[in-house]
Amino acid sequence: MPFFAFVAVFLLWPTGIVISGALTGPDGTFSLEHLATVTGSVHLAAFGRSVWLSLVTALIGAVGGALLSWAISTRPGSGGGESRLRRVVTAFSGVLAQFGGVMLAFAFLATVGLQGWLTLLLRDLLGIDLFAGGNWLYDMPGLVLVYCYFQIPLMTIVFLPALDGLRKQWREANESLGGSAWHYWRHIAGPILAPAFAGSFLLLFANAFSSYATAAALVSQGGPIVPLQIRNALTSEVILGQADIGYALAFGMVVVVAVVMSLYALLQRRTARWLR
Amino acid sequence: MPNDTTRPPARRSPFLAATALSAVGLLLLTACGAPPAPSGGNDRGEAATATSAEDFGGLDALVEAAQEEGQLNVIALPPDWANYGEMISTFEDKYGITVNSASPDASSQEEINAAEQNAGTDRAPDVFDLGHAVALANADTHFAPYKVETWDDIPEGLKDAEGRYVADYTGYMSIGYNADEVPEPESVLDLLGDDYKGKVALNGDPTQAGAAFSGVAMAALANDGGADDIQAGVDFFEELNNAGNFLPVDPTPATIASGETPVVIDWDYTNAQQTIDLEGKVDWKVVVPKGAVVSSYYYQAVNADAPNPAAARLWQEFVYSDEGQNIYLNGFARPVRMDAMEQAETLDTGAAANLPDAQGDPVELTEEQIEKANDVLGEKWAAAVS
Repeated sequence: MPFFAFVAVFLLWPTGIVISGALTGPDGTFSLEHLATVTGSVHLAAFGRSVWLSLVTALIGAVGGALLSWAISTRPGSGGGESRLRRVVTAFSGVLAQFGGVMLAFAFLATVGLQGWLTLLLRDLLGIDLFAGGNWLYDMPGLVLVYCYFQIPLMTIVFLPALDGLRKQWREANESLGGSAWHYWRHIAGPILAPAFAGSFLLLFANAFSSYATAAALVSQGGPIVPLQIRNALTSEVILGQADIGYALAFGMVVVVAVVMSLYALLQRRTARWLR
Repeated sequence: MPNDTTRPPARRSPFLAATALSAVGLLLLTACGAPPAPSGGNDRGEAATATSAEDFGGLDALVEAAQEEGQLNVIALPPDWANYGEMISTFEDKYGITVNSASPDASSQEEINAAEQNAGTDRAPDVFDLGHAVALANADTHFAPYKVETWDDIPEGLKDAEGRYVADYTGYMSIGYNADEVPEPESVLDLLGDDYKGKVALNGDPTQAGAAFSGVAMAALANDGGADDIQAGVDFFEELNNAGNFLPVDPTPATIASGETPVVIDWDYTNAQQTIDLEGKVDWKVVVPKGAVVSSYYYQAVNADAPNPAAARLWQEFVYSDEGQNIYLNGFARPVRMDAMEQAETLDTGAAANLPDAQGDPVELTEEQIEKANDVLGEKWAAAVS
């Protein structure tokens, strides 16, 4: 019961406000007008870019994070405990996975921004111009790079337990039956890890899709992704009365995240069965 | 700051939920419990409906009522913008009233949002400084009519007949540039040249910020468009972006000082202020491009739900007094009473002489032109610069 109250206050109520706002016309009656506006080219393109950005960074994060957690999970610690490498990496990942937002954006601006120290160092010492191809840091390529800095650590944290679930005996059984490393990954570890991997991938997708502060600190023109367009709709001092469009955009995000999270829940159920 | 990352799923205990709930409950209780009106001898009702200093029984009585409140909440007034830093500190010293300045970098619409979200609390803003569109849109619902003593000096067309919003200062759209790094641009179109590769920044997103909007209007005037044809300005920025000259960075004093934004399209008062602030560090110069002079007034308004209604009205009197208007002028903003003060010889002529040169008649976009331009920008801007 307290849990239901928690969900009601923090999840159901805001979602209800968003949905009713999205489906209400300017005169207060039911209308699909705002949703129709959102399917216009500018907003639709933003949804496209948001999904693309989330997919790409989730993929990079999932693969990179999986490799990283595999590397630390197989490394034996001295005296049977956790290896020092593993303790360091998990501690760092725990911090970095939450290091999104303005701090991360400014860390990048100070390092590889137009006057960042690395940019200047490369230019002055090696003659390499990081920005020869345009101002990529302040656009989608920059967002991809920056998002990876919290996606890979997050993957490491959520995927490590699944790797730990692999029993040493399975590999030994495979070997004693004459199986190769390929057989082991193809027929044993792969199928066991697949649902966990896919689930983590979806989590990363949702994580990137709903990220706001990092992008807001980095990108100030055009609002290429949906969260930035919602900000534009709410704060513009030039084009007014767009709050309802913000609701409609948020409604679109709720739908996308709901789909992703349902898939995630389904997958979690499968993984749980294997890793009991 | 909204939560940026989705956390890995964790089991929430009933205990956690209960704690969170009671925290919310406590917050709600405190919010409701805050006294909406300041205590003291002064009746808030009377001050809140006063439409001139006369209603208080003269300026002295207004000062007294304001001092009794002792506080003034202002919002979205950056200290380096139109000399608001000095405006606030002079007001504080002169009347002994504490000025609480919230979110200096907020947009006009955020000022209204803040008034709505804090309505009824003593943290709501007392006065607004707004772009034209926002001022017009909220006149009926959010502003209290008030006419300052210098009301007659303010030109018709720059004030609401009832005094709900009144123009306070304007500037001309200008190009600020680091003279050590780039040559002087003689026209807006010069910025398309190779000298300005990766160097031209616009102060904000034109679908968001009034300054950036006027920057696109300036480009439209320079690019054979006109006040009716903002598309020419969008085309200019698209060309600028394709040439690799456009910087999608929001310029701030910090980005200018660090050299990240060597050319900044912004109001001449902010650019001219940078010249002073960066003296000895960066050779920052300002040009108002010839034949493309865009002007846009900001507007003052009193919050109808002002928690400090008398102080809010005293602030208006101060802003429109000779002293207040000259403070704007000292920050390179052109005050609305400039002509009248010039005739009355109360204008700070030294400060007026320091204003950046502008040749040609300033263009102020009409309401219809702004609306039409907004439609174009909403549709075309994001695609043009990305």
